[in-house]
Amino acid sequence: MVTWTDFERATIQDIFSKIDYDVVGPAALSRCLIVYPWTQRYFGSFGNLYNAAAISSNPRVAAHGKVVLGGLEKALRNMDDIKQAFADLSVLHSEKLQVDPDNFKLLADCLTIVVASQLVKASHQRSMQLLQSSWLWWWQLSGSSTTRVPLQKLKSVSISVFHEMLHK
Amino acid sequence: MSLTAKDKEVVKAFWAKMSSKADDVGADALSRMLVVYPQTKTYFSHWKDLSPGSAPVKKHGKTVMGGVADAVAKIDDLTAGLLSLSELHAFTLRVDPANFKILSHNILVVLATFFPDDFTPEVHVALDKFLGALSRALSEKYR
Repeated sequence: MVTWTDFERATIQDIFSKIDYDVVGPAALSRCLIVYPWTQRYFGSFGNLYNAAAISSNPRVAAHGKVVLGGLEKALRNMDDIKQAFADLSVLHSEKLQVDPDNFKLLADCLTIVVASQLVKASHQRSMQLLQSSWLWWWQLSGSSTTRVPLQKLKSVSISVFHEMLHK
Repeated sequence: MSLTAKDKEVVKAFWAKMSSKADDVGADALSRMLVVYPQTKTYFSHWKDLSPGSAPVKKHGKTVMGGVADAVAKIDDLTAGLLSLSELHAFTLRVDPANFKILSHNILVVLATFFPDDFTPEVHVALDKFLGALSRALSEKYR
């Protein structure tokens, strides 16, 4: 289990307070389906995923993006025991949805990119300032004992955003 | 997952847009990589200062992006075009190729922050493929 420093804890909460879930969720999911098209295999019932435009405007993708962010919110509210908080979700993803856990990383990468661009846009409006953010945590979905899906380790790392470089 | 004609077009067009910021992108990506993936610091133990935005980091970010620019120009045959760079990384630097993926990811994150509106999903996928192809070309001489 990860032990969060005060800085990490505060920064993660801060980042999530600044982003619009209804924008970030759909954007992250659709980006994942576009950039890593094999992830579409899990969304066979979602209708038209034929090209980027179709994916970006697909209402079921948008709705599901919000569901996914909602799930992340649960982790946010239970940072000290995500494993327990996600136990049911873990069983769902391994037993029922049968999602290859490598896909979690792909979605996480897309989420990182969407959040990064959102934060940059948000702070542009607030005028130049140095943004320090602590970020990158992966979902920890433990496999159920029956299927032995390997544990995804939660890593907490920090990155700094350098605003002055943007404004050179 | 080789580059289609469309991918190459998208990469070249986006590169034209961003090339004036290439050095800054390189410096920021490298800075981030060293902080977020500290295992990569092991390759730079000879630098005095590994902190974000330091002089050696900036300088090296510029070098790396110079390589990427070269790859854009040689996008039609990356393996041949990056041969000597591959030899450098394989025999002299001996960078584990897993790290190419890490740096590629950081470059993409920085591009998203520098160009939030231009870094669309379509541009993202083309660039991801390009950086993947670049990494493969760089790994060519390893064994």
